[in-house]
Amino acid sequence: MTTVLEQQPLTAADFKGKVDPDWCPGCGDFGVLSSLQKVLAEMNVQPYEVVTVSGIGCSSNLPGFIDTYGMHTLHGRSLAVATGVKMANHKLHVVVTGGDGDGFGIGGNHFIHTIRRNVDLLYVVMDNQIYGLTTGQTSPTSRKGMKTKSMPYGNVEEPINPIALALAAGATFVARAFSADPKHLGDLMKQGLEHKGFAFIDVFSPCVTYNHDNTYAWFRDRVRKLEDDPSYDSSDWHEAMKRAVIWGDEIPIGRFFQRKDLPSLDQAEPVLDEGGPLAHRELRIAPHVVNKFISELI
Amino acid sequence: MNRTFAVAIGGAAGQGVATPGDIFAKIFSRRGLHLNAYNAYQSIIRGGHTFLTIRAGIDEVTCFGDRIDLLIPLNQDSIDRHLGLMKSGTAVVFNGDTIKPGARTQGVQLCPLPVLQLSKGSRSKVEQNTLALAASLQMMGVDFEPLAEVLTEQFMRKGTKVLTENLDIARLGYDYAAETFQRFPEPLPMSETQYAVLSGNVALAMGGAAAGVKFYCAYPMSPSTGVLHWMAAHAREAGIMVRQVEDEIGVINMAIGAAHAGVRAMCATSGGGFALMTEGLGMSAMMETPVVVIDVQRAGPSTGVPTKTEQGDLWQMLGAGFGDFPRLIAAPTDILDCFKLVPEMHNLADRFQCPGIILGDLLLSEGRSSVDPKHLNFDTEIDRGEMIVSANSTTGANGYKRYKITESGISPRAIPGVPGHTHTASTDEHDENGVLISDEFTNPIKRRAMMEKRQRKVAGIEAAVPPPVLIGASSADVTLVGWGSTEGVIREAAEILNEEGISANRLQIRWLVPLHGEAIVEILKASRHTIVVENNYSGQFARYLRSETSYVPDGHIRKYDGEPFMPHHIVEAVKEQLAGKTKLSVPMHEIMV
Repeated sequence: MTTVLEQQPLTAADFKGKVDPDWCPGCGDFGVLSSLQKVLAEMNVQPYEVVTVSGIGCSSNLPGFIDTYGMHTLHGRSLAVATGVKMANHKLHVVVTGGDGDGFGIGGNHFIHTIRRNVDLLYVVMDNQIYGLTTGQTSPTSRKGMKTKSMPYGNVEEPINPIALALAAGATFVARAFSADPKHLGDLMKQGLEHKGFAFIDVFSPCVTYNHDNTYAWFRDRVRKLEDDPSYDSSDWHEAMKRAVIWGDEIPIGRFFQRKDLPSLDQAEPVLDEGGPLAHRELRIAPHVVNKFISELI
Repeated sequence: MNRTFAVAIGGAAGQGVATPGDIFAKIFSRRGLHLNAYNAYQSIIRGGHTFLTIRAGIDEVTCFGDRIDLLIPLNQDSIDRHLGLMKSGTAVVFNGDTIKPGARTQGVQLCPLPVLQLSKGSRSKVEQNTLALAASLQMMGVDFEPLAEVLTEQFMRKGTKVLTENLDIARLGYDYAAETFQRFPEPLPMSETQYAVLSGNVALAMGGAAAGVKFYCAYPMSPSTGVLHWMAAHAREAGIMVRQVEDEIGVINMAIGAAHAGVRAMCATSGGGFALMTEGLGMSAMMETPVVVIDVQRAGPSTGVPTKTEQGDLWQMLGAGFGDFPRLIAAPTDILDCFKLVPEMHNLADRFQCPGIILGDLLLSEGRSSVDPKHLNFDTEIDRGEMIVSANSTTGANGYKRYKITESGISPRAIPGVPGHTHTASTDEHDENGVLISDEFTNPIKRRAMMEKRQRKVAGIEAAVPPPVLIGASSADVTLVGWGSTEGVIREAAEILNEEGISANRLQIRWLVPLHGEAIVEILKASRHTIVVENNYSGQFARYLRSETSYVPDGHIRKYDGEPFMPHHIVEAVKEQLAGKTKLSVPMHEIMV
């Protein structure tokens, strides 16, 4: 006898983790977590089909608060780990979450190279322009002049521009969002998950405890959606670069750039052409292939 | 004693040392001879000096030996460096037009080839090399046909004209030697055995393929790059994904990611790259995701001597990664063992869900040796340990606990994609469910329980690995203790000592973690005189043995000049130590490259 279970549509609650987030009340990361849970449910992706990978930092605690397979890895290394996961089983949905220090500071090298490889994953950076878990030091995106515990007389260094950096490195999907606008963020996340390739979303996710410069109000006054400009063409890389360097009274958010003509790494890798995910393949090598390998040595 | 014949070819990098070397290796191998080859070279693409020794014999040849029977110096520099090493009864074949030999030992046959005359004025370096090759083979009593066969394979793709020219020039060299030079008294022996010839790097890579590795990644680093090259060249046929990563930090993290998703993953590097991997090693231990890392040692510290060998990374392996965690470390004892150890290490890493380290060195990785092809067994046992790969599995499902506290310390590992087993693997300390206890819920009871759970695996690991065994007479004048790659040279040194009336037995350590210290001490306490032989400055293994067991050996033989031991280094050192002259011998390497 076969029992056919009626598939209930998933809800965000199906993605609720074993514990509740321990972020500070008001932290921007809550908006990112709930948007992600909601989008995954809407897309009807089963929790066990998703691997959420993070590095270290406040935002990197996210895999513990969502019910998917999770990997809470080392500081800065989430993208390298996630690439390994995706290559071993390219049928899985891979979501990488982390902060600006994790992704653009200690993990900067992997950021560039994961983009270059066009690994099919969604990378969401909760960018709060500060190191939070270490109690408030300057981050790679902290504004010049910002006073922190590590630069008490003000940051003398220029911040990194994650959007321009991602574009320059060849990212195939580049977006920016604001965690206080969950609908817009969720829409971008859905696009990013559906994008076959490396999808990057830099999310302004205010730190209410340590960053008193870039507050909700500060962002709310400035963010302008690219989607509200009907003339904007996000398939134009040069146009995207122009918008990427706009920063001041107006800060663009939305989808800066997308191109669909580049294969993702799993598509470009002939070993994955047939035979399904590597993780489920026969371990033994066929005898005729073994014989060939050995005959090369004789 | 095994009768062997060693030919050495010296010249500048780019001058064509490798090709005649390959041809000798093929001809010896097809003659049914066992061979061992070592190339002393410098970190330079063109120029400098390279010195390749190929030694062949009917029985197993375990090292490149002490004696060169025939030297082919391709330039003046090479003859100047090495003529003094040649003993009576040996021969030197060289270009008589360009090379002027200096003083030599009596009984060394000098064989100048009139290259310009024979090659009708051609200045091609290939012709000089082919003439020398052919003349040498004639003197060794090898027929012309095997050479013609190999040259045909070598030059066929360059067209009939090039092939004919080469065959003609070879013939001229062969005939000239027959008319002019004195043959070696005994022709090179033959046997019916068919050998495969491979380097340690190829053996490590093939061992990975045999183990079922499906993901290999690396950053190029001498002397481990050969593993990457074999993997990349054979990836598509073997169904292995190979990635060249931006740095070794990315390498180990990517490998762990792949391993976590369910494949067998492996990476190889040298000491400097391994140093970058150490944080990742701790992640493997904490997430309990197995990964196998090969460290091919070269002379350190820092960039050190990239083209030279050393056993100087032991303490780095022992201490790699902060905190306490179970690990596996083994050093292959010869090139065939490079192949065999890889599947063994994967099985144990999978069973105990911890990092496994294979500690090779340049001597093995870039050296070459014959192996009986039947020992390259791709049907070796594969044990993936307690792994949950589908929801039908009887373990787990509802209430699955990834880090369940068990007596063995091993918790069944569900891979992503299996319904009903979602969990988070974390580098933070966590409870049985994988929930972090390091940040918010810091709890000493849980922390202690998880530490003890992981460390309980150590007992299982010890039981899974056999202790080392003493080889030779149970009672001897001297017991030589070595680890890893020195097996072959110690074996030959012990044979020489025994022939000379000094009874010697030996204990070669393959597994460094687990060490089986008690079993080792039991053996050594019964020995009359113990000497630890190792290719490093500070006696890293001797210090490790002492730290684990309090055992202090009677003496040490160490070498840290970048070159491997030769048998006579050990033999002479044993004699001086048994005579009470010293407790520490540091032999001088005579071959200067």
